[in-house]
Amino acid sequence: MSETDAGRLASLVSRARSRAARPDADADRIRRLLAEEGDQIKANTRHFNAERYDRIDEIGAERHERYRTRAREIKADAIERLPELIDRVRESVADNGGTVYIADDAADAREYVAEVSEGADAERVVKSKSMTTEEIDLNEGLEARGLDIWETDLGEFVIQVAEESPSHIVGPSLHKSREEITDLFEAQFDPEESLDSAQALTEFAREYLGERIEAADVGITGANFVLADSGSIALVTNEGNARKCASVPDTHVAVAGVEKIIPSIEELHPFAELIARSATGQAIPQYLSLLSPPVDTPAVDFDSPDEPGFGGSDAERDFHLVLVDNGRTEMREDDDLRETLYCIRCGACANSCANFQSVGGHAFGGETYTGGIATGWEAGVEGLDAAAEFNDLCTGCSRCVNACPVKIDIPWINTVVRDRINRGKDPGLEDVLVDGLVPDAEEPGTPLRKRFFGNFETVAKVGSATAPVSNTIASLTPVRRALDAGLGIDVRRELPAFQRETLVEWAEGRATVDDPERRVVLYPDVYTNYVQPERGKAAVRTLEALGCAVTVPDVGGSGRAPLSQGMIATARDKAERLAADLGDHLDAGRDVVVVEPSALAMVRREYEKLLPAATYERLDDASYEVFEYVYGLLENGAAPDALTAGDGDGVAYHSHCQQRTLGLESHTVAVLEELGYDVLTSDVECCGMAGSFGYKSEYYELSVDVGESLADQFEDTDRTVVASGTSCTDQIEALLATEARHPIRLVAP
Amino acid sequence: MSTSPVREFRRSLRRVDATSSVVEPAGFDAALADALEEPAVGAPLPFADLSLSDHPVALDPSPRELRAARTGVTGSRLGIADLGTVAVESRGGGDELTALFPERHVVVLRASDVRPDLESAFAWLAEEFDAGRDSLVFETGPSATGDMGALVQGVHGPEAIHVLVVDDE
Repeated sequence: MSETDAGRLASLVSRARSRAARPDADADRIRRLLAEEGDQIKANTRHFNAERYDRIDEIGAERHERYRTRAREIKADAIERLPELIDRVRESVADNGGTVYIADDAADAREYVAEVSEGADAERVVKSKSMTTEEIDLNEGLEARGLDIWETDLGEFVIQVAEESPSHIVGPSLHKSREEITDLFEAQFDPEESLDSAQALTEFAREYLGERIEAADVGITGANFVLADSGSIALVTNEGNARKCASVPDTHVAVAGVEKIIPSIEELHPFAELIARSATGQAIPQYLSLLSPPVDTPAVDFDSPDEPGFGGSDAERDFHLVLVDNGRTEMREDDDLRETLYCIRCGACANSCANFQSVGGHAFGGETYTGGIATGWEAGVEGLDAAAEFNDLCTGCSRCVNACPVKIDIPWINTVVRDRINRGKDPGLEDVLVDGLVPDAEEPGTPLRKRFFGNFETVAKVGSATAPVSNTIASLTPVRRALDAGLGIDVRRELPAFQRETLVEWAEGRATVDDPERRVVLYPDVYTNYVQPERGKAAVRTLEALGCAVTVPDVGGSGRAPLSQGMIATARDKAERLAADLGDHLDAGRDVVVVEPSALAMVRREYEKLLPAATYERLDDASYEVFEYVYGLLENGAAPDALTAGDGDGVAYHSHCQQRTLGLESHTVAVLEELGYDVLTSDVECCGMAGSFGYKSEYYELSVDVGESLADQFEDTDRTVVASGTSCTDQIEALLATEARHPIRLVAP
Repeated sequence: MSTSPVREFRRSLRRVDATSSVVEPAGFDAALADALEEPAVGAPLPFADLSLSDHPVALDPSPRELRAARTGVTGSRLGIADLGTVAVESRGGGDELTALFPERHVVVLRASDVRPDLESAFAWLAEEFDAGRDSLVFETGPSATGDMGALVQGVHGPEAIHVLVVDDE
């Protein structure tokens, strides 16, 4: 070995070690946040989330869906026409008597606002809540110029006093309890009376900030929407502080990302319907302000307290709209990140996210933004490194997909960014070890652990062929320790046990129904085939009992495992191969029935991104979740007598996150009820296992924390526990020490 | 089955913790006197037949009067029945400030200006924008925050809203 080689090897080893050290640091941070902020975050986000469901129920899912469709169309069109709309805003604001400034980056925006403030001889600036000003570090920039800045939104005020960063896009101080705020304020302000209630704290803040607003020279707001035709801004608040900041001082600066522009007042309507309902579960915010500054409202001169006419100020109102680019033009040109610009920052993706509910935005967030969509924002605004800090906290459960008021495919953005992060890693020792051993299509550099989980199909194939010896070896303590040290697979998790006879082997040469009603391909997804063939057999028996001829072909994985690791090239390979293999069956007039919901969701959702449109549509149309299919057969006259009836037996059912996003929970419930089972369903967003996520050492405790909410619901039940996903059954069995099966095993003859 | 828009409006107001009363035009002065808690400030009403001039309401107040007022009275040309929303326009008379500083906001609104929902309110808004009246606030219930650990009403804006619906139909 030459000296250079030795040096290179040493550097590779040290780099591999430093990478291996990261999970420990992550584990410590997550453990601390679970303990310190988890309870508060959980209570607040779940409250918002539950309220969101209630308000949508009130107006009806169909109407809500109509607004979402329209809102997305408007955003897609506006981003497409952005340069033209920017020109239009410049004109309309100038016609109104204001000024538009396009800031290329954060420094440019800070400098402009500082100059405007200095031009107004300002000493004090008051602000209403704005994530964009957080993004550009405006407060720090103005403070450095000697200005006195006060946040007037109470949540932002708490964060300002505590010198912390926001933990949530909508509720920046969601992680703080009332008691913590009392301690903080009493230590900071030394008030005469104790601030030991929310009422007392609010009154104190109102007085304290009221004085500062009255003495302010400049008011800074954000803008939730900018209307190009009229040069208006729309502001959404519940406290009324944005209105005060915009109307009391005679200088108003509104800072917003360029993506906030929509054409006119007409296009605002769907957003007015959606934003508060999605954010906090309110039909409408307390204050929806539409201002086309400079406004006619007189500025108030508190320096002339006894002068009528609000102090008789004769100063002309001055208005500046600062539109911040800061990476957005590049995002607009990026086919995968573009949708991020549709985001209206309601926080629904955070509230509907089981991981976020447990750990909050101080873990699930970057420099500025938090929650599911934060990956897109941080990757676009700050760069991949900022997104890499928390990207793995998205498990792709997809619960945010239906929550998003503009239908952004947030899991896809997270997957694409994960893929880019993988590719950005330097090839290292890991690749020397594994290249050629794993049949993936990834470039060197993709972390070893991701390649291990991403190639789960290969692991399962080998594990099954050598079972039960492979299971015994895998459960040996030294092997588990090695897996933990090398791959970060937590020793506290039980590994899946591979079955010696796969579902495909069982089905081979088996006689099925003659003269069938329908012909079916039961898709042997990796989990059903190698780990839980019993549920596959139950599905075959059920379908046959209902008059279907069933084939279980020897076809490959759906690509879910590699996709969840951000290995898009490998996932696409799998998708193409599966589509080709199943294509022959579709030609023969067969329907495709899928047991594992995560595999079905690949075909129904992600294949749209991975396959040519015609191929995707054909497969999407022909594929069904197993209970969806059974439901359809029963609806079309198949006799349920052949199945195992419930006779009033109690069942506790946890559907699968991705299955629910596809709207397929209700079919299982309907079939079970038709067969006489008494069904209780869980109401958590996700079980917390999410494929490989719960196996990873640094996420084990978070995964268990999320799972506890599900376990709590089913803990004292004497019902039979069933769940549709492999991950879900693994998680339930680990936390409840009870058997959990796929519901098809209950009803199969 | 149709409910009268005013009845639905009042039900919505109750849901968002605002109070309301309905009066014939002839009873306006008495009803307003009932709704006022002094000292009061106000902005000129945008209705030809209704005025604040016979009431102890300071128009064009000084900053000290604005700060000391317990009630602020404004006139609104839009109510939204299914939300309990009223519009506060940005006018030279200072409606915005009047509606925001005092702890109690009294809104005078004509029954014929109650529209059924946000969609119809936006149709009205589009016409207003065309006419150049393009700065206003949709106000729904008292100012509120949950940021201090529990829901508290009365933050930077009023903690009580009373809508006086004048039955002009």
